[in-house]
Amino acid sequence: MADVTFTVDGKKLTAPAGTLLIEACRAAGIAIPQFCYYPGLALQAACRMCLVRQEKVGKLQTACTTQVAEGQVFTTESPEIAQARKATVELVLGNHPLDCPVCDAGGECELQDMTFKYGAGVSLYTEAKQHREEQQWSPVVFFDRPRCILCYRCVRVCNEGMDVAALGVQSRGVTSVIAPNMGDHLECEECGNCIDICPVGALTSGTYRYKTRPWEMNHVSTICTHCADGCKTTLGVRSANYGAEIIRGDNRDRSGINGDFLCIKGRYAFDFANRPDRLTKPLLRDKDGQLKEATWEQALDRTAGRLRELRESRGGGAIGVIGSNRTTNEENYLLQKFARTVLGTNNIDHHRTADYAAFVRALGERGRGRSASLRETASAPAVLLLGNDPTQEHPLAAWNLRTDVRLNQARLYVVNHTPIKLERQATATLRIPQDGYGNAIRFLAGDDTALPADDAGRGFRDALRAEPSLLILFGSEYRGAGVARVIEFGLGLADARFACLGDYVNSRGAADMGLLPDLLPGYLPVSKPGGLVEEYGGALPQTPGMDLIQIFDAAARGDLAALYVVGSNPVLRYGIAPETLKNTFIVVQEMFLTETAQLADVVLPAANLYEKSGTVTNTFGDQQLVNKAGDLAGTRSDFEMIVRIATKMGADAKKLVPYGRGVRADMGQSRGAQSGEADRHAVWLAANNLEPKLSPLDPFAVLDEIERLVPGYEPQAGGRAELMAGNDIHLEPPSAPAASSADAGPARRDLVLPAADTLFTSGTLGRYSEKLNSVLEAYTTAARTTGRDGLSPVAAGESAGERDRRA
Amino acid sequence: MAYLVSHPDEVKVVSSRFGKGAASIETYLALDGYSSARKAIELGSDGIIAEMKASNLRGRGGAGFPTGLKWSFVPKQSAKPKYVLLNGDESEPGTCKDRLIFEHDPHSAIEGVIIAGLAIGARMGFIYLRGEYRYLLTIMERAIDEAYAHGFLGKNIFGSGIDFDIRSHTGAGAYEVGEESALMESLEGKRGIPRIRPPFPAVVGLYGGPTVINNAETLATVPHVFRIGAAEYAKIGTERNGGTRLFCLSGNVERPGVYELPMGYNLKKMIYEVGGGIAGGRALKAVVPGGASTPVLLPEEIDIGMDFDQVGKAGSMLGSGGVVVLDDRVCIVEFALRTMRFYQHESCGWCIPCREGTDWLKKTLTRFHAGGGVAKDIDNMRYLAENIMGRTLCPLGDAAAMPTIGFLKKFRKEFEDHLDGKPCAYAEQGDAALAPA
Ligand SMILES: Cc1cc2nc3c(=O)[nH]c(=O)nc-3n(C[C@H](O)[C@H](O)[C@H](O)COP(=O)(O)O)c2cc1C
Ligand code: SF4
Ligand code: SF4
Ligand code: SF4
Ligand code: SF4
Ligand code: FES
Repeated sequence: MADVTFTVDGKKLTAPAGTLLIEACRAAGIAIPQFCYYPGLALQAACRMCLVRQEKVGKLQTACTTQVAEGQVFTTESPEIAQARKATVELVLGNHPLDCPVCDAGGECELQDMTFKYGAGVSLYTEAKQHREEQQWSPVVFFDRPRCILCYRCVRVCNEGMDVAALGVQSRGVTSVIAPNMGDHLECEECGNCIDICPVGALTSGTYRYKTRPWEMNHVSTICTHCADGCKTTLGVRSANYGAEIIRGDNRDRSGINGDFLCIKGRYAFDFANRPDRLTKPLLRDKDGQLKEATWEQALDRTAGRLRELRESRGGGAIGVIGSNRTTNEENYLLQKFARTVLGTNNIDHHRTADYAAFVRALGERGRGRSASLRETASAPAVLLLGNDPTQEHPLAAWNLRTDVRLNQARLYVVNHTPIKLERQATATLRIPQDGYGNAIRFLAGDDTALPADDAGRGFRDALRAEPSLLILFGSEYRGAGVARVIEFGLGLADARFACLGDYVNSRGAADMGLLPDLLPGYLPVSKPGGLVEEYGGALPQTPGMDLIQIFDAAARGDLAALYVVGSNPVLRYGIAPETLKNTFIVVQEMFLTETAQLADVVLPAANLYEKSGTVTNTFGDQQLVNKAGDLAGTRSDFEMIVRIATKMGADAKKLVPYGRGVRADMGQSRGAQSGEADRHAVWLAANNLEPKLSPLDPFAVLDEIERLVPGYEPQAGGRAELMAGNDIHLEPPSAPAASSADAGPARRDLVLPAADTLFTSGTLGRYSEKLNSVLEAYTTAARTTGRDGLSPVAAGESAGERDRRA
Repeated sequence: MAYLVSHPDEVKVVSSRFGKGAASIETYLALDGYSSARKAIELGSDGIIAEMKASNLRGRGGAGFPTGLKWSFVPKQSAKPKYVLLNGDESEPGTCKDRLIFEHDPHSAIEGVIIAGLAIGARMGFIYLRGEYRYLLTIMERAIDEAYAHGFLGKNIFGSGIDFDIRSHTGAGAYEVGEESALMESLEGKRGIPRIRPPFPAVVGLYGGPTVINNAETLATVPHVFRIGAAEYAKIGTERNGGTRLFCLSGNVERPGVYELPMGYNLKKMIYEVGGGIAGGRALKAVVPGGASTPVLLPEEIDIGMDFDQVGKAGSMLGSGGVVVLDDRVCIVEFALRTMRFYQHESCGWCIPCREGTDWLKKTLTRFHAGGGVAKDIDNMRYLAENIMGRTLCPLGDAAAMPTIGFLKKFRKEFEDHLDGKPCAYAEQGDAALAPA
């Protein structure tokens, strides 16, 4: 649209013709009050707070529906307008309970703000208010009608944003009421976006309601620990006698990669952190074979002592290391460095949920610059979704795809063996046999014999191939050579970009950081460590180690002397029989006494992602900052444990963690008196890599080394500053020749095991979230399943944990 | 069933077939029925619209928008189907004319819809009846069936090569769905909530297609315009207010009823001659000239011609043609309360000023009328009404505010008389004219 010029409050403004006045004003720094207007959602013109005066027009106009045109003249603040807004606030307060002193939204309420601004301080009415009892709609959603101002944001976010349409309006006039889809309760995706978007305290959260006042919390911005999309979340944290308690997760400032969105897990599933059965003391197996509480010194000494002994007596080749999908990049990097330089082994692996190594290799030189960031799922003009069910497995990506279709008229092409919910947004769907994912690519590439092709199928292919630009998302249905075929197909199109969909918050980071037996950080083959040998200050084992399955096979043969597990539950996940490990010394760093931890000789109580700082990389390769929200007394971060075990084994901490090397800046000069100044100063120092890393336990010292040494993690232009400021940095996978298939060593085994999580599960961790379980139980009793076929929905009568075990 | 009244001053155009059994198509045809549709086919779209403009027919639904002009706004070309909608939701208190058309002359409505369809190039029309008029639906549907049987609806109507269909639909008991855009929502099966405008129905209406929506009387008048000729029709009324309209005279008059009088007919004469004067020879207290939403007129203000412009100049509105006469026994506070009870009950609730404002006005008036009023209430009510006025999404807010402001302005003394627990001076004297909401 051509730009037009118009006048607002005497200022000349320019915007594309048809821009909503309220948006044009926002862009120019003129804030117009609004209850019902919400960017990206359907217009309502319901609250009448945005009334402005347009010259030569009789009535006040709603800025949220007025489209700007050449020459218009508007006034947005005047006594007349202020009076209109004041009267509207008075009217809405008339039936409002005014229980601000106890309301969850108190202090964060848009109605309070408007009342404060327009001064509707006197009540004109003496009659009784309209009242209804508060209702619980689900384990996590509560509704208090008297507080509702009927802005219909919740209805729209659920309908348009979530495509769930669980909320509607019932009755009319002053008795109008927001109502849940099942009459007295909700059956929905339980995302809580309706709660977040509510401008007042009408919708409240099951984890947060009536627990605290907003100003009594610390607000820490970090990354959700669940799926591999990596939503940014602001945790509301309150101090408790045992450390800190997280009581809220939201993204109200709409910053970060996820804008408005969080799914149920990001919003509610942090409660595992404060579970009573959380491990807070190290456990040692005693002579009688029982796990007994011990001090940290005892536990670390025992661990370091035994590992050292076994390394000496049986060699690094007899030690296995299994890393985590939920630890930070810095921890993962440190773990592989520890394994390779201190334990002297390449026997390192993790629970792989997607074949990132194959993805990186397939992209190679030709695919350079073709890896897509998650943000592109909200802006790509056309998207091909191969496999996966993002609604369940990648809720943010699914939200973005819906948004892309809704707001940008993007075309979505779905290839799946079973119906998935996103097909409702799809331009076209290609249904294929469950084992037909490889053939689907052959078919799309032009081979008519690959699938029983009908006209619809060919139409799908033609439309897809005619797209001038295509974002290709593929699930873990594609591995190894299958991934290569997808990339090959895409590179043959006009313009394609790619992303590989794995599970868990940092599974991409685990692969990128070299938690693999054959690949070093940045997918360098272990056979060609290059400069790393010198950097790491010593020889590196150069033959590929044992992968996860081989490690357990070795244990079964009695060839595994020690197993060091960090934040992973392979015993359950891979169905390992406990006897397998009876001759192995096992160390497990964990939050809970999981199936794996139960077999350990030493259990070290670990902090979770909300209790540490560092970075994580989502499945799209977007790196983000993790900030420590709080501590749980008694636990330690995995980072700290690794460093301390290593040093107790005699390693040089300085070699492991390059601390004490930073440039020292003048800390006194630019520091202001206020604490905010100090914060900004700290960010600036960190961003410019000037902050002296004085402690071997400082993960940012390792981030420095990652940026220096790991292909693909080189600092981007402005990268560190952006990262420290809480923004996402898209990293292109390395295309060093070393990552090409010729150098990758022997054919890799397919060890990908998708997490198969639904919206309401999250691997082993999910079992420890009461909120997730309560929702699951509610749905189990309702005999309602959420998984797609083959992805193991919760069966009637089954609990969350049982489902997880079965999966 | 309503009985019919008559007066020599009447000019029977739209009511010319009332009482003659024209609900049956044979009679309707015998009385010149469907001749206008044939003429309209000859004239074609531009010709029809030119005639309609020349007739000076203004919408009878309330706002008085020139009908020919409205039709001319519909784009000639449209990717989406176009529609004609007959608004038969008739719910404005004091208004009871459209039902006579449905009962006595349903074919004129059908013929009007056909002509409007020919004018804008629509292939489909809907006749939307008020939910409470379900008993008239039988008559309407029989008439539609007859028109189909005669080849006036369906494929190739009147052998013209043009297809045109009509379906009927009823509301579910909401005044608000008489508002044109809420009616479209309702017809589409959604909650009866008004739409944001622009876009206007002529461009984006029913199912997103260009739509003409007219009041039942407006459309039933259309065939008569073609029957007697636009110029002749225009001549009956006043300047820019062509023809006649059905006035629904109710309240404390000797001979209440629906009378068809030329536009511009004097209001005083209407009450005292056509209506036979105030019932029982009592004194006149006030007149609501165009349905419950129009501001009240005092006895000294009624010597005016009843057309859109003259009533507007007198500070009220011609509205939907519902003339409600109040004699000196009527308690204005109670009348205001009844009016507000209606609007509070009918507010769709979408926007804050109307939803909350009508409720507080009702609550305050209830207490006030019961003797619990304090002096501040009078100003508060005025303040409330003035802060609804002009601030709402659809005109229902104004419809509630306007009469309230009128009562408070013109009858402040009567409100003051209710203060301090004083019993209503009119309590024992009888009932106001309006049926309870
Ligand atoms: C609250 C409200 C109720 C209305 N009810 C009716 C009605 O019952 N019948 C009607 O014809 N018009 C009604 N109208 C007016 C319609 O919106 C519309 O203006 C009319 O149908 C147009 O027809 P006309 O041009 O023939 O007058 C109502 C308007 C409002 C704001
Ligand atoms: S929790 Fe999410 S899915 Fe459920 S009603 Fe609210 S917005 Fe809709
Ligand atoms: S519950 Fe909240 S978001 Fe929903 S309509 Fe009411 S105030 Fe608006
Ligand atoms: S979409 Fe993924 S990252 Fe985002 S809140 Fe949900 S589980 Fe967390
Ligand atoms: S003015 Fe009243 S009826 Fe009209 S949209 Fe607003 S609440 Fe609904
Ligand atoms: S923001 Fe414009 S009417 Fe609500």
